[in-house]
Amino acid sequence: MEPFTTLTGIAAPLLRTNIDTDLIIPKQFLKTLVRSGLGRHLFSEIRYDADGRERPDFVLNQPPYRAASILLAGPNFGCGSSREHAPWALKDFGIRAILAPSFADIFFTNCFANGLLPAVLPMEAIETLATVKGPLTVDLPAQQVRGGGHTFTFDLEPARKAVLLEGLDEIKRTEANLGDIDAFEARRRLNAPWLEIHTQP
Amino acid sequence: MTPRTLYDKIWDDHLVATRADGTCLLYIDRHLVHEVTSPQAFEGLREARRPLRRPNAILSVADHNVPTLNREKGIADETCRLQVEELETNVKAYGVPYLPLLDDRQGIVHVVGPEQGFTLPGTTIVCGDSHTSTHGAFGALAFGIGTSEVEHVLATQTLPQRKSRNLRVRFLGALPPGLGAKDLALALIGRIGTAGGTGHVMEFTGPAVRALSMEGRMTLCNMSIEGGARSGLVAPDDVTFAYLEGRPMVPKDDLWDAALTHWQSLRSDEAATFDTEVALDVSALAPQVTWGTSPQWVTDIGGRVPDPAEATSADDRQAMLRALDYMGLKPGTLIQDIALQAVFIGSCTNGRIEDLREAAAVAKGRKVAPGLRALVVPGSGLVKRQAEAEGLDRIFLAAGFEWRQPGCSMCLGMNDDRLEEGVRCASTSNRNFEGRQGRGSRTHLVSPGMAAAAAVTGHFTDVRQLMGGQ
Repeated sequence: MEPFTTLTGIAAPLLRTNIDTDLIIPKQFLKTLVRSGLGRHLFSEIRYDADGRERPDFVLNQPPYRAASILLAGPNFGCGSSREHAPWALKDFGIRAILAPSFADIFFTNCFANGLLPAVLPMEAIETLATVKGPLTVDLPAQQVRGGGHTFTFDLEPARKAVLLEGLDEIKRTEANLGDIDAFEARRRLNAPWLEIHTQP
Repeated sequence: MTPRTLYDKIWDDHLVATRADGTCLLYIDRHLVHEVTSPQAFEGLREARRPLRRPNAILSVADHNVPTLNREKGIADETCRLQVEELETNVKAYGVPYLPLLDDRQGIVHVVGPEQGFTLPGTTIVCGDSHTSTHGAFGALAFGIGTSEVEHVLATQTLPQRKSRNLRVRFLGALPPGLGAKDLALALIGRIGTAGGTGHVMEFTGPAVRALSMEGRMTLCNMSIEGGARSGLVAPDDVTFAYLEGRPMVPKDDLWDAALTHWQSLRSDEAATFDTEVALDVSALAPQVTWGTSPQWVTDIGGRVPDPAEATSADDRQAMLRALDYMGLKPGTLIQDIALQAVFIGSCTNGRIEDLREAAAVAKGRKVAPGLRALVVPGSGLVKRQAEAEGLDRIFLAAGFEWRQPGCSMCLGMNDDRLEEGVRCASTSNRNFEGRQGRGSRTHLVSPGMAAAAAVTGHFTDVRQLMGGQ
């Protein structure tokens, strides 16, 4: 996975509360068998009209924001469905960092598997950053967002930070624990034999 | 020993390793797989040439994309068909147990798991679907995951996890007649909001929960995710054990006895502390109806559409204005005066036999209101067969409902069951998000009885006025 270190880019403000994963990527685009190509369907139902034409009033259709690599959003971003198609669509569009006051749990976890940074900042900071003309810088090593003379810091669990900075493959990391998994399974067979599945449905 | 919550106990029982950075590796006992969130996970496994660690810890079934009409003729929509075929190819290649489309046991993963006895107390259960929280009804730690995590479980039977906080919900008092688990869930989400449970596992307690059947508990835990919690839990009791005994994949004989002894110990210790507590008196609750585009925007059947002018913040006012515009509703409108064009009864929330009985009791001897389209979609083939054995299909058909084959159907409309733009629907499903049931569709979440009452009257009606038959 591509590591995430420091990102400087245009930040698109979409300051709604409770932006759910249905809104980020509607169900008709979940029928894909691959991870790529979802960027043009990102926010499809508010980005395009019923005939598929761009809505000029939608932020990602407006000139500087068409090239946005940062999204500024309201609280509880990514609530609803577990679909990883949501971070896939954001990433395919070109978004690498989402700044919001809070995130839904499953979406938050899904971001790290895809090299996306979900950074938590207070709503006032988001609103301030939304007024900045020109690019913002998201500095992961320093855990800072800078722009327009403002600097805001964000918290991030060290383990999550390492995954992004080093572009770690979680499965490969877990494979270092294969001995622990084998031992756990052996204990479990003894202590909770009813959990072994002998009967197929 | 430090007193522990039920969640703490299940967590401790599944801890494989704690890494130097503090993350924990949690063992996963059961994995449910469906066609929408698994193709890329199998692809990843194949590309990395990794074996699948425990094929028989998986139960797979196609549900999101499947037609609910004329299924025996195959899937007409090519993209849907390809995704179902991809699942069939993958499960065959990796030797994963699969319930085929035309098998009587096919259905929505969260209906099928419990029905087959795949879901057991004290286990960890995951699925690439947020409504995996349903299985918490059995006292299992069950949560939805993304596709990368699905791949991780396929490869290692574990997940790196951070421990959540403990949240206890205490429902005080007994639920009035005519109300059920859906009303409990919606009232709770109305209270705490859709982010109220974020970062927590919710344990549901109180006499109203103990009085629920297993199916009611599944409805309640199913909606945990709509309150922001990845998991909901109900401690197992005799109701749980009676439901489980004899199901195909439940342990038998000596193993049943051993399991039962363990399951009886699965409850939060008296002195256990919870990080967050919520108490809700339900003794005077009335049937719940959502009016907005988030499950937290809910009132009861006697209520009105609220006025955004009364919102406590500018952000809330903006959000409410947007929701009312999308929903085509005016502030102050009586909920009972809202007319409907569609009704959907089904989904992993309310697609089980008791849900269908509740709806049929209202539909019996009545007719669907003129011009209204009403769909009943059983949660599984076994639910459908049971309903037909009880004559519920004939009640629905005589009243003018459509009787369909099992699947997720119009809850999210990945198959052909979608609402047209602007159509207003009373739905027993779990999400009323913009576009959820079709682009521009307007969803109101209700219980099965309330959905049936709306179908036969054409507008929201207190189901208690229609109880006792025509």
